[in-house]
Amino acid sequence: MKLLTANRLIDGEVVWLAADGHWAEDITEAEIARDEEAIERLERTGREAAARNEVVDVNLIDVEFVDGAIRPIRLRERIRAAGPSIHPDLGKQARRGVLAPV
Amino acid sequence: MYRYDEFDHAFVKARVAEFGDQVGRRLSGELTEDQFKPLRLMNGVYLQLHAYMLRIAIPYGTLSSRQMRMLAHIARTYDKGYGHFTTRQNLQFHWPALKDIPQILEDLATVEMHAIQTSGNCIRNVTADHFAGAAADEVADPRPYAEILRQWSSLHPEFSYLPRKFKIAVTGAERDRAAVQVHDIGLHLRKDASGRLGFTVYVGGGLGRTPMIGKKIRDFLPEEDLLSYTTAILRVYNLHGRRDNKYKARIKILVHETGTEELAAQVEKEFEALKESELKLPEADIQAIDAYFAPPALPARPEGDAALKAATAADGGFADWVRRNLNTHKNPDYASVTISLKGIGEVPGDASADQMDAVADLAERYGFDEIRVSHEQNLILPHVARADLRAVFDRLVEIGLATSNAGLVTDIIACPGLDYCALANARSIPVAQQISTRFASQARQEEIGDLKIKISGCINACGHHHVGHIGILGVEKKGAELYQVTLGGSGDENTSIGEIVGRGFGPDEIVDAVDTIVETYLAHRQDKDEPFLAAYRRLGSAPFKEALYGREAKAA
Repeated sequence: MKLLTANRLIDGEVVWLAADGHWAEDITEAEIARDEEAIERLERTGREAAARNEVVDVNLIDVEFVDGAIRPIRLRERIRAAGPSIHPDLGKQARRGVLAPV
Repeated sequence: MYRYDEFDHAFVKARVAEFGDQVGRRLSGELTEDQFKPLRLMNGVYLQLHAYMLRIAIPYGTLSSRQMRMLAHIARTYDKGYGHFTTRQNLQFHWPALKDIPQILEDLATVEMHAIQTSGNCIRNVTADHFAGAAADEVADPRPYAEILRQWSSLHPEFSYLPRKFKIAVTGAERDRAAVQVHDIGLHLRKDASGRLGFTVYVGGGLGRTPMIGKKIRDFLPEEDLLSYTTAILRVYNLHGRRDNKYKARIKILVHETGTEELAAQVEKEFEALKESELKLPEADIQAIDAYFAPPALPARPEGDAALKAATAADGGFADWVRRNLNTHKNPDYASVTISLKGIGEVPGDASADQMDAVADLAERYGFDEIRVSHEQNLILPHVARADLRAVFDRLVEIGLATSNAGLVTDIIACPGLDYCALANARSIPVAQQISTRFASQARQEEIGDLKIKISGCINACGHHHVGHIGILGVEKKGAELYQVTLGGSGDENTSIGEIVGRGFGPDEIVDAVDTIVETYLAHRQDKDEPFLAAYRRLGSAPFKEALYGREAKAA
């Protein structure tokens, strides 16, 4: 299972591509690609968004479900999804009030 | 300190306007990311995990109160209320929006600051001893030479596209506090037998994935030859440095592959051709720059001794701080104060906007308007009357910056690591915080004595782990963080690269491992006067291996 992630050009905010095509600031809104066709669609959308200068550094990341919640497999992506592990008061984790599992 | 002249002002203003235009064109889509990336990097703008990062140059770590207040203003207005002081004496903001960066650079320019050459394959911020101009053991202030190098290297057309980045450090005291032997060029200021000033020149030092100690290629270079000799080194590097492999592109690899003798001969040959050129520094020019760094007029304050005696006797906390956080000043009525940015359990090198403002106030009121950033990620007030130390300490207590741990086991260097950095493989800061908390006891720390722990979250070694007495390198193994320990490194005048002690430790094991290393040292040292590094050099790694790995190590 994969998600498409990027940073928003104008402010660097971490975003994921959502099912309706918008770039979501919360990983829980991301579209999950489960097969090759869906992965290709994500990649194509990402290339187009980068070409339109909406986002930069577009990447597919591996995810899994843990206790019903989406969770990136790599620690790096879990930290991107939550914010710095040393600052629970900063980043997305602060906004949601929920600490994503590091 | 140095003040911009008209040329400097115009130069920085033009650069701010240019980058503002480039950002505008990027946001409008006129520039692609591939076109824009090298431009933003030339202006200190990186893209990291959570946001952009802006790295601001603090030349040779010297700041005025006005400049520190501007950093606080930027932290509050455009960032998240804090900044991170780095091992290169710079400051990083970890959350600026790209659209705001032109305005930040405009604000910075009003206090004679910028972010030029804080990244990219050019000559980076020149670093220097953080006690420069104040230390009792100094031969001469290294900062005028660092400033001359800064002016010469800024947008130098010949050296703007080097094979790789290039770092120069200058120290002016016998005791090297600027780690000059692990820089691309290390300059050790000294006097020859006739009393002339000049430099011992080291070349090809560096950390990263291939740590190397700089090779001495000149015992004594007269000061007037500083730029011609440096140019000669850069020319040899620019011509022969490898451009085919990023990991072999630093000058240390060229020195290693060419051989020190041959490389020195090539440099000397270039130097012969340049020696009498316009690069030769006229005495008047050196003096003109020197004048900017004239020490402040320090009024006699002989009452300091009595005041200190009374204050230290009355309050143990103050006595600890006086014992640990002062450096001997040229003027016996004064001291240089280390303001520790290593509070127990805190993030090494971070300061809040309020703390920055408070330090600026202290510098203005008690410190002749001077602040330094050390490569050990602390702040320094270089000139404080001993009679004022109590007042300074009391204010530092109020703002949470009075930790008495300079040079102790909790005075840890740590890079931002995987909490921020796109290059990192593992987190550094939480490890530093946990070690700091484990060793919180002042009595235990002082029993252990001088001990430098340095932590990097990847092989690029921004946390200088190779030269930590105890070095910790975070790596990723099978998707998890793993910490490799090196022992016996040192970044002073007797530089050594730490040796890997054995297999790595998980995040839950690393603090215990450090504790075991410290306890092994305490059990084996000859007496309290034998510091960790000396004990390690005498004992070697065997007792530490045995303590860490037990029979497994013996069998190996």
